[in-house]
Amino acid sequence: MKYFSFKNCVMVVFVLSLIAGCATTQQQLLDSESSQLRLRSIQTRAFDTTDKEKTLRAVIATLQDLGFLIDKADATLGMVTATKLDRYALRMTVTVRPRGETQLLVRANAQYELTPVDDPEPYQHFFSALQKAMFLAAHEVD
Amino acid sequence: MLDSESLKQRQMQTRVFQTDDEAKVLAACAALLQDTGFNIDESETKLGVIVGSKDRSAVSAGQVVASIFVALLTGAAMPVDKNQKMRACVVSKPIGEEKKTIAVRVTFQRIVWDTQGKITKRECLTDPKIYQEFFEKLSKSLFLEANEVF
Repeated sequence: MKYFSFKNCVMVVFVLSLIAGCATTQQQLLDSESSQLRLRSIQTRAFDTTDKEKTLRAVIATLQDLGFLIDKADATLGMVTATKLDRYALRMTVTVRPRGETQLLVRANAQYELTPVDDPEPYQHFFSALQKAMFLAAHEVD
Repeated sequence: MLDSESLKQRQMQTRVFQTDDEAKVLAACAALLQDTGFNIDESETKLGVIVGSKDRSAVSAGQVVASIFVALLTGAAMPVDKNQKMRACVVSKPIGEEKKTIAVRVTFQRIVWDTQGKITKRECLTDPKIYQEFFEKLSKSLFLEANEVF
């Protein structure tokens, strides 16, 4: 049992404790550390259209272009969940909802392996790909 | 089996909102699941069901320290919790004769795997604080939706 040598064990434990942090179950469950508003603003864009189905189809096409496989889509609620496997696992949910009479809001959230993605950059990439598929500009929402 | 705990659980997991717009409440719930890092696995809008999940680390400092001590004393590696899948299920339901109120019930579960890939815990999360925080955030989400901010 070479793999269970004392040295290896201490190494594994040490590395794990580095990754770990000490978040409680509640903090992990509700991502209590992150701000609801800040997250929404980096994960959301508005488009000047009211065609929900066309927007959802564009979202699906964009996800496919980006190498995702669609897990689940629901037109009534306006949502798509997709997973990308490329040595890593990236899972993303995109929702589309009306905003006022003239706009639609597109909101995306993602998890990379075991962590939530709260860095703005990946979302910028997603929306820049999406606005090309939609032939419409993605407006930031404040 | 239903027991004295069932009612308590139900009360803890349920809040009532004064509105007849079930779709709006569900949309706010979906947005809140996104806020809290869940991905949506399943949804059936007609029945008011949304299920989401997320994968997170399950390493706890205490367990790791204990494992180091065991390793030091015996030289054997004791597996510690490594990752977990957290699941949330939100169900909305119009209540009362006139259906002018919507009850929202949420349930959380988690499955924990250790460093050897074995399942160490499968449990329902029953800490009342969790549900309190969830519904506080839901009120905020409903407010944001109602004012069409996001």
